[in-house]
Amino acid sequence: MIEIKNISKSFADKTILKNISGVFEKGKPNLLIGASGTGKSVLMKCIVGLTHPDEGQVFYDGRDFIGSDRNTIIEIRREMGMLFQGGALFDSKNVEQNVMFPLNVLTTMPWPEKRERVNFCLKRVGLENVNSKMPSEISGGMKKRVGIARAIVNTPNYLFCDEPNSGLDPQTSIVIDELIQDLSEDLDITTIVVTHDMNSVMGIGEKIMFLYKGEKLWEGNKDDITHSGVKELDDFVFANKVMNSLRNK
Amino acid sequence: MIQEIGKYFIFLGQLLVNRETFKTYYKLILDECISIGIGSLFLVALVSTFMGAVTTVQTAYNMVSDFIPKYVISQVVREMIVLELAPTIIAVIYAGKVGSSMASGLGTMRITEQIDALEVMGINSISYLVLPKIVASLLMYPLLVIVAGVCGMIGGYLAGTLTGIITPNDYIYGLRSSYNPFTVQFALLKSFVFAFLVSSISSYKGYNTQGGALEVGISSTQAVTTSVIAVLIADYLLAQLLLAK
Repeated sequence: MIEIKNISKSFADKTILKNISGVFEKGKPNLLIGASGTGKSVLMKCIVGLTHPDEGQVFYDGRDFIGSDRNTIIEIRREMGMLFQGGALFDSKNVEQNVMFPLNVLTTMPWPEKRERVNFCLKRVGLENVNSKMPSEISGGMKKRVGIARAIVNTPNYLFCDEPNSGLDPQTSIVIDELIQDLSEDLDITTIVVTHDMNSVMGIGEKIMFLYKGEKLWEGNKDDITHSGVKELDDFVFANKVMNSLRNK
Repeated sequence: MIQEIGKYFIFLGQLLVNRETFKTYYKLILDECISIGIGSLFLVALVSTFMGAVTTVQTAYNMVSDFIPKYVISQVVREMIVLELAPTIIAVIYAGKVGSSMASGLGTMRITEQIDALEVMGINSISYLVLPKIVASLLMYPLLVIVAGVCGMIGGYLAGTLTGIITPNDYIYGLRSSYNPFTVQFALLKSFVFAFLVSSISSYKGYNTQGGALEVGISSTQAVTTSVIAVLIADYLLAQLLLAK
């Protein structure tokens, strides 16, 4: 479980996040949604420590993250896996080396075991026989899957996904969403997904936090989202033509 | 400017904290050595050979008095190559080739979130990415300077003897006469300092790239410019400290 308390962040004179608090639960995908520029990615970066919030605290299963010394931060980070928007695969390494990277650097696991683990993770994300391919030789959807394989290879307790569906076709998006949901449930990990894709929201949105202009306006699940009574959320949800046509019916 | 220098020193301080195991760095340093050393060898040899050749021709051109023995040409060539051309001019070329490559490589890693990926894994990205580059530079650049010195003198020999400016015997005699070993020690000291400056400044510029592809190009250019300025300042300071009488 990840708990955030009163997170605020400004860049120069512009306030990006205003006093955001919330709890992200274990064993299910927790979605951070909102239009572009509402601070979703900044909030996620504050949670993982890539950006330092001006105020507020982050607790990983009760362990303070923001105010801790570097060793504690590293210890907590070694329990994290993260899928970046563009995959963030290392260009100079092939698929296998990319997925194996956390094991090589952070563990003393013997080579055959590492290889087995990498193949297991690649199979888990639906990729086989691509071990020797370079990132430049695979499609965007495959990059995301390799990114997920790398994120889970070290059996993390916390998984972060930044716009996992951006740039993907609807079918691949659904595959990625289902994969994230299955992994969260099977591995019983705390997963936070930043998205503005309504298909994802309606597909895997078991816990949703809606951000609007840097503020948390609503929290709930996919069953409640269509009748939240929050105008800004309705504008966001029903901007999607399919959702709008469903409402009109 | 002051703030930037402060940030640079904080960046250097991060190199040695929360390091990974030696085994992790070993392969990275070897890879960097190959990329920096072998990758620059041809260019360094080519440039220094021509530098030596041109120095010989120009020194001969400027020696208008018949009272000056011919072997002085190769003495001048030796001193110029060892003291200045090999360590300093090659440092400028090194900054252009290796420094810009380091900055653009790290800059691209920054804008494609590869550095963030390392940080999220709990890896000190500065130490993991930059330390091997600096260590490899410190190992390889002095060797490149030695290669440059040798090639420069061979270039001078070829230009001098093939055009009849100087006889082979005079050239060899000039190289050996009044030899002061301190000049070589000084050149090697300079090469360590320049290697550190070029690799650390270029890495700093690349690591702190913000934006997109355009900014990677800007970082790369800044890396070369700043490294060259730092090399020239260090060159003067070292000469003043160690050679001034």
